[in-house]
Amino acid sequence: MARYVTSKFLYTLLSLFILITATFFLMKAIPGDPFMSEKEVPAPIRARLEAQYGLDKPEIVQYVNYLGNILQGDLGISMKKLNQDVGHIIGQTFGVSLRLGLVAVVVSVIVGVGLGLLAALYHRKLIDNVTMVLAVLGMSVPSFVLASLLQYLLAFRLDLFHVTGLKGPLDYVLPVAALSAQPIAFIARLTRSSMLEVLHADYVKTAKAKGLKWPAILWKHVIRNGILPIVTYVGPMTANVITGSVVVERIFGIGGIGKVYVDSINNRDYTLIMGITLFYGIILMAARFITDIVYVLVDPRIKLTSGKEG
Amino acid sequence: MANNNLTNKQPIPTLTAADFQPVDINQRESEAIKRESLSAWRDTWERLRSNKVAMGALIALFVIVLASLIGPVISHWVHGYNYKSNDLLATNQKPSGTHWFGTDDLGRDMFVRTWMGARISLTIGLAAALIDLLIGVIYGGIMGYFGGRVDTVMNKFSEILYAIPYLLVTILLLVVFKPSLGTIILALTITGWINMSWIVRGEILKLKSREYVLASRSMGAGTGRLLFRHLLPNASGPIIVTLTLSVPSAIFAESFLSFLGLGVQAPISSLGSMVENALTGWMYYPWRMLFPAVLISLIMLAFTLLGDGLRDALDPSLKNK
Repeated sequence: MARYVTSKFLYTLLSLFILITATFFLMKAIPGDPFMSEKEVPAPIRARLEAQYGLDKPEIVQYVNYLGNILQGDLGISMKKLNQDVGHIIGQTFGVSLRLGLVAVVVSVIVGVGLGLLAALYHRKLIDNVTMVLAVLGMSVPSFVLASLLQYLLAFRLDLFHVTGLKGPLDYVLPVAALSAQPIAFIARLTRSSMLEVLHADYVKTAKAKGLKWPAILWKHVIRNGILPIVTYVGPMTANVITGSVVVERIFGIGGIGKVYVDSINNRDYTLIMGITLFYGIILMAARFITDIVYVLVDPRIKLTSGKEG
Repeated sequence: MANNNLTNKQPIPTLTAADFQPVDINQRESEAIKRESLSAWRDTWERLRSNKVAMGALIALFVIVLASLIGPVISHWVHGYNYKSNDLLATNQKPSGTHWFGTDDLGRDMFVRTWMGARISLTIGLAAALIDLLIGVIYGGIMGYFGGRVDTVMNKFSEILYAIPYLLVTILLLVVFKPSLGTIILALTITGWINMSWIVRGEILKLKSREYVLASRSMGAGTGRLLFRHLLPNASGPIIVTLTLSVPSAIFAESFLSFLGLGVQAPISSLGSMVENALTGWMYYPWRMLFPAVLISLIMLAFTLLGDGLRDALDPSLKNK
């Protein structure tokens, strides 16, 4: 187990290193430099500026410095927001996004597993069909379409919610609904197929035969075993919620990290773009790493020595 | 039995030697298959055809492709609009006889722009999926066929690449390089092929130990023949399903990029950029959002349903999984 975790960890670090290297050299590939403006900057001032930011050194030295700074958690200074530290901007805005994301994740798992379980129990009945139609719809409608639609119908037309902002608990309803629609659809489908398999397993028949009550069978045998595949979805779900939040925050005017990301792309604030990209990258890779580990922990059928097979 | 019947009532007819003819025992004829034989593809097609949802999706896709091809032409022919001609006196018009889908904030005809956008989205989705297919089959084929150390090294490499989040790489590339049709497709495929390569690898690993491969090999078939005649055709089911399902994800990625302002650049429209563009005034001009949003959802829905249907048709044992 320790060997598996270490090797997974090392590979994750290697991927992260590639992402960092790619961000650095892509940043260098952008034409122009940070001190370009409408007015020609006098040569001595330019030299002073370059010396201050270390841009007069050879690229390889700059790269090593960049790596060192990142290791210390320093993501640089925003190019457009004067003298603002990228790490500071992220720290200020991440809280809002994290709260929204966590609520969305919790809602997705509860509703998704619930719907999937219902569909499996009433296999080929009305509930099953309706759930699966909704799931396919939920998978196909992009989050920005759903978010705008909800905003227009429920907030603007029916005036049930605030159109923008995130002040009260009621304001969470629309953004969370838009964020969790796709994960709910995926989880419901995953849960349904895995529960269907478990429901026909021999140990469930045995449990029935020995006279166990249905709720006990459901909890002890069906749900416990059928929920395993959901763990594999944790990584993709994190990615889903992050991409979703970028869009949803923009539509609902929520000042989270996703909105800052969109703004930074529109302003071509390169250091901020790179900083947030790295930040998202770390979160996503961490989520995937944790998924791999947890899956091995909960599923004894996975052999540790054979690596990733099938 | 027959004898009994005859003895009961009818008189026995008198038979002469001339009534008998030698039966021509033709082995070939007796073994001939009377019913038309179904090839694997015919069989799949029959199964797909009986799936109403998948056929509906296929027809919907056909209609959408057709409309995106001829829609702009018709509008140009009837009204003389193209995707960038604007009329600043007729901005934000409601759908009407002159502008079937209304106009946008610059007075451009939404009907033309919506179908042009569908054209762009479909092109990007299909092109990205096909490039993924090409790279994935080659890379995955090599991994699966040669196995051993080659497989280990190549597989580790793809795993490391795969761990780098797909959309982030795409965003980074498009921030640096100017977004155009080519760079968007490139950015989408740079890590998009990995999933396909794993599917191909898994299939080939499974198939290469089958008897028919051994038989072919023992008769002197080379690598090329084994791969293209035996392994890939038998792996084509999962490959086709993955291909179909990777189209909507590429289309979604493109619309997401357009939404961030990193998609195809104005005045060319894509469905994602039209939705983004409509956001500013959409409380008052809902139709500007409605048509592109509905169309993009429809395209993604149709590809997803078709992919599901194809999976059921190609491998009936997976049904309801």
